[in-house]
Amino acid sequence: MIIPEIAFYLFSVVAIASAFMVVAARNPVHSVLFLILTFFNAAGLFVLLGAEFLAMILVIVYVGAVAVLFLFVVMMLDINFVELRQGFLQYMPVGVAIGIVLLIELVFVLGTWVIVPEAKVFAEAPPPANVTNTHALGQILYTEYVYLFQAAGLVLLVAMVGAIVLTLRTREGVRRQSAFAQTHRRREDAIEIKKVLPGQGA
Amino acid sequence: MQTFLYEDIVPLFPELTVATAAIVLLMVGVFRGDRSTRSLVWAAILALAGALAILVQEPERSVIVLRGMFVADPFALFAKVLILVGSGFALVMSISYIEREAMDRFEYPILILFATLGMMMMVSANNLISLYVGLELQSLALYVVAALRRDSLRSTEAGLKYFVLGALSSGLLLYGCSLIYGFTGTTSFDALTDVFTERGTQPSLGLLIGLIFLIAGLAFKVSAVPFHMWTPDVYEGAPTPVTAFFAVAPKVAAMALFLRAIIAPFAELTGQWQQVIVLISIASMLLGAFAAIHQTNIKRLMAYSSIGHMGFALVGLAAGTPEGVRGVLIYLAIYVAMNVGTFACILCMRQKDGMVESIADLSGLSRNHPVRAAFFALFLFSLAGIPPLAGFFAKFYIFVAAVNAGLYALAIIGVLASVVGAYYYLRIVKIMYFDAPAEPFVRPIGGEMTVVLGVTGAFTLFYVFYPAPLVAAAQTAAYALFP
Amino acid sequence: MSTMLAEYLPILIFLGISIVMVTVMLGASYVIARQRPDSEKNAPYECGFEAFGDARRPFDVRFYLVAILFIIFDLEVAFLFPWAVSLGEVGLFGFWSMMVFLGVLTVGFIYEWKKGALEWD
Repeated sequence: MIIPEIAFYLFSVVAIASAFMVVAARNPVHSVLFLILTFFNAAGLFVLLGAEFLAMILVIVYVGAVAVLFLFVVMMLDINFVELRQGFLQYMPVGVAIGIVLLIELVFVLGTWVIVPEAKVFAEAPPPANVTNTHALGQILYTEYVYLFQAAGLVLLVAMVGAIVLTLRTREGVRRQSAFAQTHRRREDAIEIKKVLPGQGA
Repeated sequence: MQTFLYEDIVPLFPELTVATAAIVLLMVGVFRGDRSTRSLVWAAILALAGALAILVQEPERSVIVLRGMFVADPFALFAKVLILVGSGFALVMSISYIEREAMDRFEYPILILFATLGMMMMVSANNLISLYVGLELQSLALYVVAALRRDSLRSTEAGLKYFVLGALSSGLLLYGCSLIYGFTGTTSFDALTDVFTERGTQPSLGLLIGLIFLIAGLAFKVSAVPFHMWTPDVYEGAPTPVTAFFAVAPKVAAMALFLRAIIAPFAELTGQWQQVIVLISIASMLLGAFAAIHQTNIKRLMAYSSIGHMGFALVGLAAGTPEGVRGVLIYLAIYVAMNVGTFACILCMRQKDGMVESIADLSGLSRNHPVRAAFFALFLFSLAGIPPLAGFFAKFYIFVAAVNAGLYALAIIGVLASVVGAYYYLRIVKIMYFDAPAEPFVRPIGGEMTVVLGVTGAFTLFYVFYPAPLVAAAQTAAYALFP
Repeated sequence: MSTMLAEYLPILIFLGISIVMVTVMLGASYVIARQRPDSEKNAPYECGFEAFGDARRPFDVRFYLVAILFIIFDLEVAFLFPWAVSLGEVGLFGFWSMMVFLGVLTVGFIYEWKKGALEWD
């Protein structure tokens, strides 16, 4: 079947191109939008690999939440992006060098599968038959890997506490609404009936 | 459908104690507000002490539970005792600081508890995944406490630097883990040990690159050269009690993790990783010795000192023998005692208008505060490795192990580096004893500080008379790593 | 494997059609229509005030807090999907495992509510 191959090349070409545009785009908001496109294409690649759940998580978490966070951060920072660009060319040789090193490493790593074919057996993880991806994950995540699952919960809790500790500021002089205080006001607290005799005033 | 038995949970009791305490204290704190910080710190210390009590009364054995994720053995026990003691002392030392310096945010003891929990999970990890989850729990809490004084520019800078570089190192570590998984098909340490012997394949290049990435990520966490850049800035910027915590517990946890992740699972590759460890160990020792000479800030100096000390500890790992691992563990124990004591002295450096942290402020300390100067000098002599103090024995075990493993050059460089290092420690002693007195420090240092100074000082001074229990415990712990 | 991918074929076809449609529409208007831009036409408001400042103003840090809390609960919900699908097999243990996980995050939720992180002044 040739369709998966076509889809693979389509997704990877668009993913690489948009990843390049993330770095090259002039406007940081455009960078974030290209990043979203990259995420979508990565999700497509995950589907082709059979990792449906990961693909959906990528769309929900990365596109839905992380990209939004990036947009906020980009807009929150008061940075002159034209100035930032000038540093870009200055640091480019270093960046390119690191990129080349990583590329060589990847070639080496994948090359070993060609040189030492025995090593390839370890890399294959056959998908379980007759169960969907999400189902297979659910069968082991909450029982076999309960330790890691609960630890992940604690990591999320610490992230929550950390985000609040570092960014939450209560402002002074703000009049807040308290629904509890409002509904628990009684008639006696609010109004007072005074008998006003004629000719004497209140 | 398999479920877990009660026996699976028993080895986790210390961790569960810390986790439950952290969650309960979080709730108490949020309902009672920041004014409860002091009692929460004491409650956190109590929780750590409780975890320690549960830990030491458990029978000494090696068990692997939760589908090979978690291992409880003498090695983990030794490291956890050090971690709990280090975290407990760090909390004790911060009590008066948080009141004076308006750092009374009740999240502080809770984040320390979570960080400690992460460290305990790290040293008990028996799988690359549980290693990573524990590491992340610890790091995340540490990033936040580094930036806890968010109105101070230096503190936020420290937090941000620590976070960015820490995230980078986690990325390196994960990349290494994924390569190791890709070339062996397993993430479990036990299975990694078997993978070469059973399947009979040669270690492939990809696996080797993965291992190097793993080492790079771990070296970042112990702040070994060339991954040390964050240490001086973070130590200087973070609030001083937090720095004291950073210098003690996370270092122990990261070094223990280093030992566990490298020694047994990659025993077949000893020849390969030994070169890398030797290199970073030499670089750390030399940088720690030379870069500290020109420091004027005592916290920055302690950062370089800790880089150097991690270099010495790595000498034991480079040896790769049970003797070397024993040396590392003894080194860590003594390092914890010396560093807690030194930071207690630093936390007492308070003049009328606030904390000071420049070395010049110490001049003539012996005339203003003779007792404090004596304690400070004791710890500095010990850090320099002058016999008969504990610091000397720490280095002694390490170098003997290196020589016995045939690493003569490494041992010689180590001795030379410690001679150079002794210079800057002794320079502080000279400033304290022979320079003109500076403004005196505030007098009462608080009862808890006196206790901390007394305990650590006694350990440093009298270790020479009674080394047997520590050596025996380290011996048992070290052999647990070698199947 | 390929049956799984076959289920995604309609999505691929939809994707292909939409890409072609968009390309044709945008391309046609670019090629066919006359384009004579001038400075007034390209201004943000063709008629009306001159823009006196940048539209990009720094956001409040509170947006960031909301977004990051959203991510955390988003991840929590992501864990619920496989659980819901396989609850029949993972049994009581799996059920309570998830309850503990949710309990820990509920503690976090109480924390942030009580701290006032969910309030917008």
